[in-house]
Amino acid sequence: MRDMCPEDIVGDYTEYRLRYFDGSQRTVLVGETETPYPEGRLIVSRTDLDGVLTHVNQSFVDMAGYAEQELIGAPHSILRHPDMPKAAFADLWQTVTAGKPWQGYVKNLRKDGGYYWVLATVIPNVREGRVVSYTSVRRKPSRGKVEEHAALYRELRREES
Amino acid sequence: MALQFAISPDFPPEHIPGWYIFNTWLQRELDSAIHLQLYDNFGDLREAIHADRLDLVYANPFDASLLVREKHFMPLARADNLQDEAVVLTADHHPARHIEDLRPGTVIAATDVPDIEMMGMIMIEPADLNRDNTQRITCDNYVMVAKQLLNDEADIGFFLAEAFDNLSDLVKNQLRPLVRSQIQVIHHSLMAGPALQERHATLQQLLTTMDTSEKGQGVLDALKIHRWSPLAQEDSEFMIDLMDTLMIS
Repeated sequence: MRDMCPEDIVGDYTEYRLRYFDGSQRTVLVGETETPYPEGRLIVSRTDLDGVLTHVNQSFVDMAGYAEQELIGAPHSILRHPDMPKAAFADLWQTVTAGKPWQGYVKNLRKDGGYYWVLATVIPNVREGRVVSYTSVRRKPSRGKVEEHAALYRELRREES
Repeated sequence: MALQFAISPDFPPEHIPGWYIFNTWLQRELDSAIHLQLYDNFGDLREAIHADRLDLVYANPFDASLLVREKHFMPLARADNLQDEAVVLTADHHPARHIEDLRPGTVIAATDVPDIEMMGMIMIEPADLNRDNTQRITCDNYVMVAKQLLNDEADIGFFLAEAFDNLSDLVKNQLRPLVRSQIQVIHHSLMAGPALQERHATLQQLLTTMDTSEKGQGVLDALKIHRWSPLAQEDSEFMIDLMDTLMIS
């Protein structure tokens, strides 16, 4: 995955080096601007079994800030925000690879360095008895839940470091 | 024996003659007897599906999973101008201006239409509202939902967006939408059961070309459908997967 570019970032930012589950690394540039969740919309994507995006809807494109062609074929972790604890994604993958649905609050990183919170639900797509892909649908979270999870994730990250 | 055709109970009542005209057209085109069954509620429709009594169903997205994944129905087509979108409304004089203004104890007026119920509940989640901390008034139709709001019996109402848009200006002007869904991929589907498997391709061809003949177009006009768009198995599977994610709360 390509490092984030300073010319894409809006406003001040902090640089982080993220290390992913598969051992790869990426430099991300993180600002403080929150994009509000669009009213009445669902953000929908589908990935293959390796977490590579195969379908995104327009709301996904709008909120992520990347063009659709930049997203298709990219790993879903292109949206990984450094404030998210590794434990949350480990739990997600453990759950969906066991064939079960996962739901959780996620802070996502935009291409412009900003962020947005979602309530994400991921389910395995079963065809003829086999899991062939994963569908993820995000909806608008309540402010109370966002604040609760921001505090929880800070705590988890402290434990992880 | 006649094929059994059922329409999801949430069809607008003014379309009843249209469905009978459609059924007559279909019988003629397929050269088969088809009995059109209209159900009063979703419970009766589901009982008929479970009992394998139906061959053709114009189904609410909520029933698509049961039909496709359990009863081996195959999707045929969808109306290309109709989508299932929901609106959450208050009376114009209600103090809530945003979903986040709603509080536990909120009274919801709604019909028993399952996908509108699901979308409505999702759209009030940002106020931390759920089935456990809200109260419910179930109404027979959307006019009754509006009435509950205007009489201050309910705080919010769940509407099919199209039903809200079709209310008279007099009623509409006394209501205020708090949020309207823009999901775009949830829709009713016409589905064929196992007994029609061998005629699936013929049926799909008939439906998706009916707008090219004057007679066919007249039938579509009676249903306020522009044209039938073909639905592939994976189109329906995708919608069912999406519905499955939305049912998790």
